[in-house]
Amino acid sequence: MQYLLLLYANEAGWDSMTPAQQRQGMEAYMAYTQALTASGALRGSNRLQPVGTATTVRAVDGKSQVLDGPYVDSKEQLGGYFLIDVPDLDAALSWAARCPGASHGTVEVRPIWERPAAVTDRKEQAMVV
Amino acid sequence: MTATEGNEQAYSTAEAVARRSYGKLVAFLAARTGDVAAAEDALCEAFAAALSDWPLNGCPANPEAWLLTVARRKAIDSFRSRRREIAPDDLGGLDSVENLTAESLAASPEADTIPEIPDLRLALMFVCAHPAIDQAIRAPLILQSVLGLDAARIASAFLTSPAAMGKRLVRAKQKIHAAAIPFDIPGRDELPARLEAVLDAIYAAFTEGWPDPGAVDAVRRDLTAESLFLARLLHELLPNDSETAGLLSLVLYVEARRAARRSPQGDYIPLAEQNPQLWDSEKIDEAEALLLHAGARAHVSSRIGRYQLEAALQSAHVTRRLTGRANWEQVVQLYDALFALTRSPVVAINRALAIAETHGPAAALATLDPLKDDPRLAQYQPWWAARADLLARTGDYSEAHHAYDLAIGLEPDPAVRRFLQLRQSTLPRG
Repeated sequence: MQYLLLLYANEAGWDSMTPAQQRQGMEAYMAYTQALTASGALRGSNRLQPVGTATTVRAVDGKSQVLDGPYVDSKEQLGGYFLIDVPDLDAALSWAARCPGASHGTVEVRPIWERPAAVTDRKEQAMVV
Repeated sequence: MTATEGNEQAYSTAEAVARRSYGKLVAFLAARTGDVAAAEDALCEAFAAALSDWPLNGCPANPEAWLLTVARRKAIDSFRSRRREIAPDDLGGLDSVENLTAESLAASPEADTIPEIPDLRLALMFVCAHPAIDQAIRAPLILQSVLGLDAARIASAFLTSPAAMGKRLVRAKQKIHAAAIPFDIPGRDELPARLEAVLDAIYAAFTEGWPDPGAVDAVRRDLTAESLFLARLLHELLPNDSETAGLLSLVLYVEARRAARRSPQGDYIPLAEQNPQLWDSEKIDEAEALLLHAGARAHVSSRIGRYQLEAALQSAHVTRRLTGRANWEQVVQLYDALFALTRSPVVAINRALAIAETHGPAAALATLDPLKDDPRLAQYQPWWAARADLLARTGDYSEAHHAYDLAIGLEPDPAVRRFLQLRQSTLPRG
């Protein structure tokens, strides 16, 4: 079962850190990624550029509207994600708790909407096993 | 008395009764019907009724008996509405509750003359930790039914979603009712094994869900006060059981070091580097006394269990406050005994760290080799942290770096993560 871990944090926090703290923070993420890789759970991960770079697109009455800035202006911004494949929600929550993002921000855990075929496959597999 | 004062008094009385007697009332109500969920619901309604009645009519002389009477009526009402026809037998248990509370109420306001509601919390704990109940849900079940903790708070401590925890608790209570798990204290033959499950559940609550033998200084989330209360309660209910005393002693030892586990800046301080002056000597003295008495009794029955051994380990560590040095030889011996008893790989890790102190890091690493392929350890942070430390001490820096990376990546506590990162940064790049 796949889950997306969405990492929200206050971007200003990063800028206010010393270079040594930033390096320590980066290394914590690298170690976390390595642990996820070693466990075989990691499917994908990226860090996003700051929300200042965001552009929003929406079609209103058949006409595209392009706006400068993020969709939601909030205190904590989406800064990156990890896509993981684990047996169940509890396993996903325990990886979310280990994510450095959980201690300097918030990690939202969202199950991926599986294609019906994938669900059937999984059930069949479970029956075979 | 003004209305506000009446309100405040009602709330504070209800709160005090909830804290003191919640589990006692649930246990007493559920013991008659076998239905923990219905007992909790009825008691919850009784508390709601109290908060609307007491501010108007004043607090009753015996709030427990008042709550019990109302809860019992609510239970019968809901039972009747669910099943129109009731055989008279079905209400037999409930009637005896009525008699008891009627007597109690008649006897008020002289609180001294009111008969005590029998304390069936021990039976309730045996039900919650029954072999028929899934092991993983036993600790949450005890926390909810004996202490009244809500599912969301328990879920958070056990790193589970509140919805899933709620469902599991409901399912477990249905099983208790449907399978008619008996509310009684097991007999002499069965007692040790059944009691072990209760002790394990309380210890699991203390270590947030993971039965973690030998976690000398694990980070706790927020159920320590509740677990300490449960361990103390169990010791009060079974004052002569040495393993119960062992568990209380163990919990007190670990709690005694709380203030020493973090620097004023919030950095993690490992046991070996803690300042013994910051340890709570009152708690340690209580723990030592408990352990001593438990040991004397255990000697007679020739049964020394896991919790006494773990408490003895704590004792060997805290001798440092008197001698300046932990008794490592004794620590190794105790881990040997604990490993023989549990065969737990987690104990083996802690034993290896103690062996490093007596025989050096290479000998310690050798004892861990047989566990290398154990899949349970691949995602277990203490395994990688222990290996990282031992590998670094033998000079195998490249392997040590790898182990540190995994330990850091698997650690949820940022303070421990920083501590490991600091350790790693002192290693030469291999």
